[in-house]
Amino acid sequence: MARPIYAEPGDRIESVKPVTVSRYRGFIRANHWITALSLILLLVSGLAFFHPSLYFLTGLFGGGQNARWLHPIIGVVLFVSFMVMFIQLWRLNLPTPDDKAWLSQIGDVVKGNEENLPELGKYNAGQKFIFWGMTLLIVVLIVTGVMIWEQFFGELVTIPTRRIAVLTHALAAVAIILVFILHVYAAFWTRGTLRAMTRGTVTGGWAYRHHRKWLRELAGRRTRGPAE
Amino acid sequence: MSETAPQPKTAAANPPVQPIGSNLLPSDVVRISATKDVPQPTRQLEKVAKLIDVSKCIGCKACQSACIEWNDTKPEVEENVGVYENPHDLTPNMFTLMRFTEWVNPETDNLEWLIRKDGCMHCEDPGCLKACPAPGAIVQYSNGIVDFIHENCIGCGYCVTGCPFDIPRISKVDHKSYKCTLCSDRVAVGQGPACAKACPTQAIVFGTKEDMIAHANERVEDLKSRGYANAGIYDPAGVGGTHVFYVLHHADKPSIYDGLPDEPRISPVVEGWKGVTKTAGLAVMGVAAVGAAIHGIFARANKVDAHEEQEAEKLVRSANDGENV
Repeated sequence: MARPIYAEPGDRIESVKPVTVSRYRGFIRANHWITALSLILLLVSGLAFFHPSLYFLTGLFGGGQNARWLHPIIGVVLFVSFMVMFIQLWRLNLPTPDDKAWLSQIGDVVKGNEENLPELGKYNAGQKFIFWGMTLLIVVLIVTGVMIWEQFFGELVTIPTRRIAVLTHALAAVAIILVFILHVYAAFWTRGTLRAMTRGTVTGGWAYRHHRKWLRELAGRRTRGPAE
Repeated sequence: MSETAPQPKTAAANPPVQPIGSNLLPSDVVRISATKDVPQPTRQLEKVAKLIDVSKCIGCKACQSACIEWNDTKPEVEENVGVYENPHDLTPNMFTLMRFTEWVNPETDNLEWLIRKDGCMHCEDPGCLKACPAPGAIVQYSNGIVDFIHENCIGCGYCVTGCPFDIPRISKVDHKSYKCTLCSDRVAVGQGPACAKACPTQAIVFGTKEDMIAHANERVEDLKSRGYANAGIYDPAGVGGTHVFYVLHHADKPSIYDGLPDEPRISPVVEGWKGVTKTAGLAVMGVAAVGAAIHGIFARANKVDAHEEQEAEKLVRSANDGENV
């Protein structure tokens, strides 16, 4: 069978009445939640180092010393976990001509007038922005993070470089927190999305409304399945 | 402990034999790391300073020995790699280090052996304190001493990033940052720093900053009369002056003394990080989080309607039927 254009090989229509569509397998869901948990722990411990008014958050880790050694280790976990996710997701997050149309009608997106938007594959341009934003920022954070990892890499770079690294790390951290807020907000605002990452499925209506090309492809593929 | 110690004016005095109370108190702190609005002390201690006259230094390292002895540190025994520095660099166990430079004076073609005692400069505007994220890990007393309070130190190394002089060292054993304390524990009981007390040539002297400046000026005069036209004081204004300062015979070129910074100041990168980034960053994140939460609760959600569910069903069925026909 030819590789699908708008869907991952594992995506499929699970039932017809009502229509439910499998969007994420168990592996990537676990992968996503490990990444998410790491990001939240990094956010909490990192904010404690970022601003004195939030230093009390180190208490959640058992004090400043613990937060200090845990933060970079969780960072490595996040990086590895995210990279595993990246390998699974990058193909369908490449830009397509539909993204341009979607972006030019961002007003309709915000108002929820999705009937005016072009039919889309598995991801819209907003989701792609989050994916590539996270990718870029995580790479920046791991590179600058290693440079300021006193415990194991204290001698890696010169002090002037380290100053730039620590500033870049802080700026990238602020940016990724904003992307994170957008990601969480969009997942809540677009009702019916969260279950894609919990149960792994979405309703047919959700797929029809937000990712119709993806649904069409899966519907078409279903008919050619050998065991129907 | 009826009496409190006098404020020390010299390192030469011997300690009294009767018990004596500390005169450098938590209430004398003027700045605390990661802490806003520190209550200012009711008294102002006299500003102290250690003056290091490099022209008088003979490189004997008595100061290093005294420092090790007083602070009870145990620097590792290292390999001899053919240089005089011993240990090779400042370490968490070596708070002060004689740095040796062989410099050929281009004007006279003479080889000059420059020896500089390196260690914390006790900046009036300390970069370490500015960079430190742990409340109370670094403090500055009203007499100018900058001290690390180890029980609050988390070992992140931000002080290393903040320091314009490359002084703090993080221990691999307890993951805390160490540097010269200006013997705050001796100053508290009316004594000068151990290094100054041990120095056999009085290249290191200690007292009030005012006295030390006056003494340094005399030394500069003397050096000028001996042909060192560029002799001068190194008390860099970029960090607000320091409470450890030098008399240099070539004060026009501090960097020949094994990289003593010509114009030290807290890096603008560090200022930007601990200034606008910190404040604006927190504000932007806060507004975004609160805004998203409020909007999420009150705004109309993007919902799938029943019609769309039916359409989806039709779409899937028609694809199926197409196959069956």
